Amino acid sequence: MPVLPSEFSDLEPFADWSLATEAERYAKRLSSSMAELQAFYDAAFPRLEAILSSLDRLELKSLSEQWTRLLWLSYSLVNVSFPVEVWRQPRVPDSGATAMDVVVEPAV
Amino acid sequence: MAHFEKPAEGSWTEHYPELGTGPVSYEDSISPEYYELERKAIFARTWLNVGRVAQVPRAGSYFTRELAAAGTSVVIVRGTDGEVRAFHNICRHRGNKLVWNDYPREEVSGMCRQFTCKYHGWRYDLQGACTFVQQESEFFDLDKTQYGLAPVQCEVWEGFVWVNVDPDNTVSVAEYLGPLGAGLEGYPFDKMTQVYKYRAHVGSNWKLFIDAFAEFYHAPVLHARQAVADESRKLQGVGYEALAYQVEGPHGMVSSWGGMSPPKDITMVKPIEQKLRSGLFGPWDRPDIEGLDPLPPGLNPARSRAWGIDSFVFFPNFMLLVWAPGWYLTYHYWPTSFNTHIFEGTLYFVPPQNATERLRQELAAVTFKEYSLQDGNTLEATQMMLETRAVTTFPLNDQEILLRHLHKTAHQYVDAYQNGLSVPSTPAPVPAAS
Repeated sequence: MPVLPSEFSDLEPFADWSLATEAERYAKRLSSSMAELQAFYDAAFPRLEAILSSLDRLELKSLSEQWTRLLWLSYSLVNVSFPVEVWRQPRVPDSGATAMDVVVEPAV
Repeated sequence: MAHFEKPAEGSWTEHYPELGTGPVSYEDSISPEYYELERKAIFARTWLNVGRVAQVPRAGSYFTRELAAAGTSVVIVRGTDGEVRAFHNICRHRGNKLVWNDYPREEVSGMCRQFTCKYHGWRYDLQGACTFVQQESEFFDLDKTQYGLAPVQCEVWEGFVWVNVDPDNTVSVAEYLGPLGAGLEGYPFDKMTQVYKYRAHVGSNWKLFIDAFAEFYHAPVLHARQAVADESRKLQGVGYEALAYQVEGPHGMVSSWGGMSPPKDITMVKPIEQKLRSGLFGPWDRPDIEGLDPLPPGLNPARSRAWGIDSFVFFPNFMLLVWAPGWYLTYHYWPTSFNTHIFEGTLYFVPPQNATERLRQELAAVTFKEYSLQDGNTLEATQMMLETRAVTTFPLNDQEILLRHLHKTAHQYVDAYQNGLSVPSTPAPVPAAS
């Protein structure tokens, strides 16, 4: 059973990035290698425009399971853009002793 | 070479001569004894922002706040009459904490019809009155009307909920916030209900993190790698100058330019920002709501076309940042000891209408966290070395005026407390005639 809408079956290998909370997305980022982050970014970033134009045609608050999964995957793309575009490492440099937890985040 | 005009005195700092220009001591940030004084002189005697009215939307909505520095835990609740009230979170019977789940030290929120103590079942209505005593006849002449919850002064200003644990306080929140607060009234805070809230345990004195966020002198250096390489070199070369600073009573503000929303040249920003039209300064396109044009008079005081963000430091521990693209951010710094505090950063956006708007906000929120992680770790490094007392005084430049003012204000509150005075009513310097 595919996780994502059929139009985005090319992203199915990266469906494990479809995570509901920032804590899960950030944890996956920290536990991934740069090669894994780069592979996800390289696959998803060129699809971002298509993802958004498809999602924008739908009502944000009543997305089906598959479209919700795609939205979550795009949140992960935003999260990994920092290690890929800026840091060249999964963690924010010089942030070793600091953690910042999300205590409230939007439902959608 | 100045890029923005300064006051006639030649500097922002000298415009407020009481601030002085000499090196400052950071002993106030490394002394356990001084922190104990600050708790009593500041946190137990000033208005503290504890949240937004949206956190108590209906009768029976409540949340608790652990105010370690003020020496109490409070519960904030909307009554059946619609009023928002605060109470010390303690049962009048034998002192058990009234509202908590599983872990006594953790904050909670929810909805209820009444509060019931877990220990012996005493009940209180949403206005704080004691309504039920288990086996009441076993007590001796107990008059329930005398056993309501202990109230804490509570006021709502522009939708922000404030408490003051000093029962002798006679100053309203609006009076306390003074002209800087008045200048913000009318901003559409109530339309920005899409919330991201972050929390961090930081290994530094509470004032050090305010210091970090009350100046942007550090930004081109500490956050250099967050910009693309060419832009980063340019930013470091230029350095940082604010559009304007204001000091009013115990509070202060810095008004800053914001060239990134949108950038003059799209290649100045990262690919994800180019694609989403968003970044540190938030989504580049303003939401379509009333109240953003014109802005309240207190915003963009220099009336600059380059305006990007105003940061208000409301003493002691609340910062409010209003961004040109139409969203706002709050910082809270809750001391837990002389060299630790809990930092909270909360982002408020107009609820998104579609996935694109949602993702733009996500990028702003993620960017906020990346920056704050850098800031937070630097603070622990600063605290460590300040505590060595290897060096005891430090020079502050004109772009660090709000730091000078914050530490001076804290000292004034402590001095007033030690001299047996009530809170200094006009603790802050009077602006020099210009």
